[in-house]
Amino acid sequence: MSGRPKPLPVLGDELSRTYWEAAAEGRLLLQRCRACGAYQHYPRGHCVRCFAPDPEWVEAAGSGRLHTFSIVQRTSDPSFEDDVPYAFGIVELDEGPRLAVNVVDTPLEELACDLPVSIVFTPAAGGIALPNATRKEAG
Amino acid sequence: MGLSGQVAIVGAYESPRRKAPGMHPFELQAECVRGALEDAGLSLADVDGFCTAAGFPGEGGAWMDTCEVAEWLGIHPAFLDGTDTGGAAPLSQAGHAAAAIATGLADVVVVSYAACSYSGAADFDTPPPGWGPYGYEAPYGLTTVAAYALAAQRHMHELGTTPEQLALVAVQCRANAAANPDARYRDPLTVEDVLASPVIASPLHRLDCCVVTDSGGAIVLTGPSRAASCRKRPVWLLGFGEAAGQVQMSQMWPYTETVARVSGPRALAMAGVTLDDLDCAQIYDSFTITVLLTLESLGFCERGEGGAFVESGALAPAGSLPINTDGGGLSSNHPGRRGIFTLIEGVRQLRGESPGVQLADPKLVLCHGTGGSLSATATVILGI
Repeated sequence: MSGRPKPLPVLGDELSRTYWEAAAEGRLLLQRCRACGAYQHYPRGHCVRCFAPDPEWVEAAGSGRLHTFSIVQRTSDPSFEDDVPYAFGIVELDEGPRLAVNVVDTPLEELACDLPVSIVFTPAAGGIALPNATRKEAG
Repeated sequence: MGLSGQVAIVGAYESPRRKAPGMHPFELQAECVRGALEDAGLSLADVDGFCTAAGFPGEGGAWMDTCEVAEWLGIHPAFLDGTDTGGAAPLSQAGHAAAAIATGLADVVVVSYAACSYSGAADFDTPPPGWGPYGYEAPYGLTTVAAYALAAQRHMHELGTTPEQLALVAVQCRANAAANPDARYRDPLTVEDVLASPVIASPLHRLDCCVVTDSGGAIVLTGPSRAASCRKRPVWLLGFGEAAGQVQMSQMWPYTETVARVSGPRALAMAGVTLDDLDCAQIYDSFTITVLLTLESLGFCERGEGGAFVESGALAPAGSLPINTDGGGLSSNHPGRRGIFTLIEGVRQLRGESPGVQLADPKLVLCHGTGGSLSATATVILGI
């Protein structure tokens, strides 16, 4: 391992605490607007579509498609140097919002845009669990 | 509503340095401010407005970076702007300076930029610490190159763009750099060379990426009465537009466009000109994909036709839209916020002073910046 720890979320406010505590339990939370019904990620105290306050928390189905991705071969961040090559991706969840992930437990050569994926949770330091994506099993 | 005849760029200077070991970036800024003022025939005492952004890695600033650089220069400007639209910041600041001059808020404004990203081994991949939005992406190891690669990957998938088409952008910039004695790289480059260079973040290769330098530049803006007595013929700032997109990549949509679709039309409308009127464009080229997305988003070609547009030879000096005549960031100079050099090369083209490929008597230039992770854009129209 490199000398520097990886960046982790800071649970410094109620919104991020709610999100990451659920993730640690294996649940991916989205928000849904009480006024217009739009789903969103990342969490805020308002709807970014209509600015109505206090969207409700809802649990995502945990399914989507890999909208786009990149296989990282070089980084100047020492905390990720030992991980290359790894896949950074953007998942378009079935509910609509897009989520940043690493694509894990999937051969890198099988990655493709629109690949169906499931959300899984990868343990990190400090009790954090990171929502990630893995290739959806056929059937 | 236009700016025609109200604001001129009267001084421009690009540091010839590409490596400046042992030099603080603020001292590089001082070199650039001195050079731009000498070009204008003005002195530091004439300056009452100052714009810079210097808070990124390699730029030397910490907190209140615009004030920090003003202090280093030893000035107390009454108009300041440190708008941070990433690499587009110098264009944003030039636009804001123009508005300040047109409304009488300032008389002589310097827009300056410098960084020692090469010698400082600036780390552009580690996200800033702290809580909030970065917390949802920082744990995943997104690099700057990978952020742009996300757009390239989707563009290839959805619209059929090829690695060869992207490589042609780098090849053209290198060809332009051959004539520029200050360019970081001047040796001929082929599509095969680009494709054979190591993949940094798929699908982008090393030679799809800009150079990393220590350097800087500055411009001086003023109104028409003072411009008339400056050393060189004024270059008029005719139009300006800017736009914010997203910072976190999960918030981008679609991944195949930039907010140049907003900033470009606004700048053209203010200038009262159309894309067909332009003689050349200085387009921010952090990566080859940046140029392709920008050409489509500005409307030089339809979405998905950027690859064919590049293949047509349009970007060559003899083509319909010569770009990056100094070699661009892909081959000449890219310390960080390259937007300043798009303005400087625009000015040099209109004066007939390009160090790279000088076009025959251009009258109208589009300068365009893209900052962050395809996060924000700014467009400036210059004319003579």
